[in-house]
Amino acid sequence: MTQVLEVRSLRKHFPLRRGLLGRVAAHVKAVDDVSFTIARGETLSLVGESGCGKTTTSRCILRAITPTSGEIRFRGESGQEIDVAGLSRKQLRPLRRQMQMIFQDPFSSLNPRMTIAEIIGEPLLVNGMTDTATRNQRVAELLELVQLPHAYLNRFPHAFSGGQRQRIGIARALALHPSLIVADEPVSALDVSVQAQIVNLMLDLQDRLGLAYLFVAHDLSVVKHVSHRVAVMYVGRIVEIAPTASLFDTPRHPYTEALLSAVPVPDPRRRAQRIVLEGDVADPTHPPTGCHFHPRCRYAEDRCRIETPELVEVAPNHAVRCLRVRELFLSGVAAQA
Amino acid sequence: MAEPILQVRNLHTHFFADEGVVRAVDDTSFDLFAGRTLGIVGESGCGKSVTARSILRIVERPGRIVSGEILLRRADGSVTDLVKLPSDGLEMRAIRGGEIGLVFQEPMSSLSSFHSIGNQLIEAIRLHSSLSKRAARTRAIELLALVGIPRPSQRVDAYSFELSGGLRQRVMIALALAAEPRVLIADEPTTALDVTTQAQILELIRRLQQERALAVILITHDMGVIAEMADDVVVMYLGHEVEKGPVDAIFHAPRHPYTRSLLRSIPSVLAAPRARLATISGSIPHPFARPPGCPFHPRCPDHIRGVCEQSFPAEIVIGEDHVTACHLYTTVGARLPA
Repeated sequence: MTQVLEVRSLRKHFPLRRGLLGRVAAHVKAVDDVSFTIARGETLSLVGESGCGKTTTSRCILRAITPTSGEIRFRGESGQEIDVAGLSRKQLRPLRRQMQMIFQDPFSSLNPRMTIAEIIGEPLLVNGMTDTATRNQRVAELLELVQLPHAYLNRFPHAFSGGQRQRIGIARALALHPSLIVADEPVSALDVSVQAQIVNLMLDLQDRLGLAYLFVAHDLSVVKHVSHRVAVMYVGRIVEIAPTASLFDTPRHPYTEALLSAVPVPDPRRRAQRIVLEGDVADPTHPPTGCHFHPRCRYAEDRCRIETPELVEVAPNHAVRCLRVRELFLSGVAAQA
Repeated sequence: MAEPILQVRNLHTHFFADEGVVRAVDDTSFDLFAGRTLGIVGESGCGKSVTARSILRIVERPGRIVSGEILLRRADGSVTDLVKLPSDGLEMRAIRGGEIGLVFQEPMSSLSSFHSIGNQLIEAIRLHSSLSKRAARTRAIELLALVGIPRPSQRVDAYSFELSGGLRQRVMIALALAAEPRVLIADEPTTALDVTTQAQILELIRRLQQERALAVILITHDMGVIAEMADDVVVMYLGHEVEKGPVDAIFHAPRHPYTRSLLRSIPSVLAAPRARLATISGSIPHPFARPPGCPFHPRCPDHIRGVCEQSFPAEIVIGEDHVTACHLYTTVGARLPA
């Protein structure tokens, strides 16, 4: 498999300024030593609760923000690997069209004063496709790709439902033949009956176009339906990364186990004894010492408070950040009954 | 079974906008019992929240209850029709937040950031009782402890913005319980929360319900939450209840094509990785453009031509306490879905 993206030791620390002079009082380690790869045609999902750093990670990769340190190696259409982390705005420009984004809210991400043809055609125009006829032809192709009728070309976004708007957003993202799509909660604002259509569309487009997806989501059920691999984040760090089936069936990190256990299963006969985590997600300004998860972990020992665990490979493609990983036997979704 | 504590009978709540009339709730009826949870589930625009707001008599203009009854059995055994009470009258204000507690989705916007959570609790307690300020403060601390807020005697002086989302929702629940209600209406109480926090809040609602024999109306779009919490379920689509019944029947023997399609289309952690989802074609129609006949017919996989677009289906009993409104079960020769 050809690697499209390789992230190495990515860090993003936000300074917290205090007082009149704006002295830096502390740093929020929003992303702290995150590494992963994504291949062509593959979906990697980043999951975790609010404040875990999943969105910050995706914004670093798109260089919407500049990472504090680390490498973001992107293999573009030229086949050459480029470290995006250190590039200037100008150097980034030719790469931007190869990595595109699908947004969460289809209501605020489309300009209400532009027609559908203009919205989808804009990235083409900006990138030099000035001939109207060629551009319109490409827009028509894109509409077909996302299964919207041609008749919609001259309408405005307000005339569309959430699902149709999300299709328009996807068409716009695909306009410049990107190799990587970053999708941040692309279906979480949609109704269930529409969500399924968009999930299937994203799967079909990936198969047809060989797209690599970085899928950022909090809903583990949706993640199960789209991902080849899943990375679970907690307070800025990846605590477990594994192929989808392994992560859901045989999780090896206590946080993953608790997260899976908390997902309500749509079957009243499976009302499970949940692992209810105490307290809240740790404050990233003052993360707990040692393993960040130890205050909420039901398997924590004294050493978890002191020693910081490393991300260790426990099976092929399955890495876990837990000191007790060799001793624990955790249950996955199938065991909930 | 005991007498229902709340009975909604043929409720119609319509919104009279310039563009036309939106029949947000169109003929809804259900019974609510002490110690049981009624789940109302549906997608946007189905009328689940307007149903809750109708019961509390807080439907905003241009909406109003056009007809129907909302019968509340009082502590003394008498029955009051809430529809007949003036919405801002003394009696309705005593019931709202008194006998019927409510929890909303957005704990940030439902709590004031100018008053400490203690003062908001004390206000709610004293509004519905004759406790002194000092006694109300003690009661406020007890309520915070009851909903599982750590260090309640210190947190009572905190402001809502100092608390996490989960703690704020716990404060909302404490507020709802301030006047010892017998009915609790929770409208999407966990939608804004992370999944582990959601599990905590659902656990809390379940524990409080058992301890106090509360009757709970849980409104959500999440079938998983319904499966986890509800005893009885009402499924709504575009203002209509399309199916209602015991939770096990709704999930294991759903009869209305909408319920069946909805259940098939929800993603599940139990599915095979990268499994395609079953879809419902089209999207939810705009409320001003409600299809004639059965409102689900344009998206229905079992649509009977010449019947479903003609008339609205009547409700039919299809099992114990299990009712659906669908032509499939009343039309001679209709092919029933497997």
